[in-house]
Amino acid sequence: MNTRFLNTRFLQDPLQLVGRSALDTTAQIGRWGGLITATLKALPKVDIWGRLLVGQLARIGVDSIPIALFIATFTGVVMALQASYTFTGAVPLYFVGALVGKTMILELGPVLTGLALAGRVGANIAAELGTMRVTEQIDALETLAYDPVAYLVVPRILAGLVMFPVVVVLATTTGIAAGWLTSLQLLDLSTPAFMKGLRLFFQPWDVQFALIKSVSFGLTVTSVGCFFGFTTQGGAEGVGLSATRAVVVSSMVILALDAFWAATLL
Amino acid sequence: MSIVLKDVYKSFGPNPVLRGLSLEVRDGETLAVVGQSGSGKSVALKHMVGLLKPDRGEVWVDGVNLAHLDQEGLYEVRRKVGYVFQFAALFDSLTVEENVGLGLRRLRGMTEEAIRKRVAECLRLVDLDGYQDRLPSQLSGGQRKRAGLARAIATNPRYLLYDEPTTGLDPVTTTVIDRLIVRMREELGVTSVLITHDMGSAYRVADRIGMLFEGSLRFIGTPEEIRACPDPVVRGFIEGKPELLEGAG
Repeated sequence: MNTRFLNTRFLQDPLQLVGRSALDTTAQIGRWGGLITATLKALPKVDIWGRLLVGQLARIGVDSIPIALFIATFTGVVMALQASYTFTGAVPLYFVGALVGKTMILELGPVLTGLALAGRVGANIAAELGTMRVTEQIDALETLAYDPVAYLVVPRILAGLVMFPVVVVLATTTGIAAGWLTSLQLLDLSTPAFMKGLRLFFQPWDVQFALIKSVSFGLTVTSVGCFFGFTTQGGAEGVGLSATRAVVVSSMVILALDAFWAATLL
Repeated sequence: MSIVLKDVYKSFGPNPVLRGLSLEVRDGETLAVVGQSGSGKSVALKHMVGLLKPDRGEVWVDGVNLAHLDQEGLYEVRRKVGYVFQFAALFDSLTVEENVGLGLRRLRGMTEEAIRKRVAECLRLVDLDGYQDRLPSQLSGGQRKRAGLARAIATNPRYLLYDEPTTGLDPVTTTVIDRLIVRMREELGVTSVLITHDMGSAYRVADRIGMLFEGSLRFIGTPEEIRACPDPVVRGFIEGKPELLEGAG
């Protein structure tokens, strides 16, 4: 009798866990949708968010450039070296330019930048807004007749939408330049040969594809950070949890979006 | 015109906090609301400015039922109410001047010069003149609370709500804050609601004292009346005798 009970529990608990997680996730997505709707409604309140936009463009975009370029530089170097290693004796070496260019533009530029910014920007937004929530600063905004979504969320999301593509373009360019310099210095490849490879499969649509992806990543990172910041509960532990969740969820959504855009746009 | 709570119920998940709270704040008075931790004092205060919505019951401010207002209507009511938060809730990234002037920027027709003048006036009123350029992190606990008070009075509200303004302060700073609360009533003529654990503060500043117990109003009366109240729950609280509270309900 006892054994049967234990077996049932063994089966029931994971099922309940999965069911509860699915319900929680659905509810979270619904609440995130609510925040996006509130953000759209707050867009006309330019008198509230207008003054704050420039500061957020700098914090979310300009301040993220060093880490994005650092990652892109080493990615470009490694891409060139690995391509050369793979192609040796089988494929002409100028294909290094094709592989570095195509991969940086289509995939690594946007995705690595998106993931890096999910950590830097997403965690920062969630921790900042989470602290404001638990120290009643968001309530204080409400009592001063400010719409907190217009004051806190709108400028951050707009800055993400504008600055992510800018950072991605800079990072991609830097990655390709690093690949080119590596080819010149370490692979005995000439500039015309690298450029020949770079042009070989290049299509203008690739750049548009990268920009579409980076805009969607910007929306993801900033809105998910704002969402977890706004819904923070408790004290320091709650703030830490929100920052972690913002990074994890943003990273997962970025990877899912990456696959989605590849399946629908290419 | 004043603040009225009618039979208000509020729960957070399975935990009921307010259980049929009815309370009227009279025009021009300072009402201190006392009670043990968890009795629902701060939750009641947040209902008065629409930061929380009741599960059941009504909240009226200045003759308006808050349940019937949209967001803009709620903001109109909030312009008449100043809220002093327990830990001041100053914006970390803004200077004292920017914090105090934030509410003024939502008012139409205020020039930068007028805002600066009004901020200086409010800071003078709370004895913080000259602190305009400091960040909240550069202020002591008492100074932060005074800056929070300056922010609350900047828009000339009709009502001032204080959420435990003296918690965590030394006795001298507590007396300074108490005197400021009295000064606000005398100089600005505001109606005030003060949430506190501190009976000394309540006696010093309040015209009436209400005591919450288990989410509803247990007693309301003048400081003299509460001192003479025979109810063991009230006596247990004001005399700090938990044995009188045990078994009461």
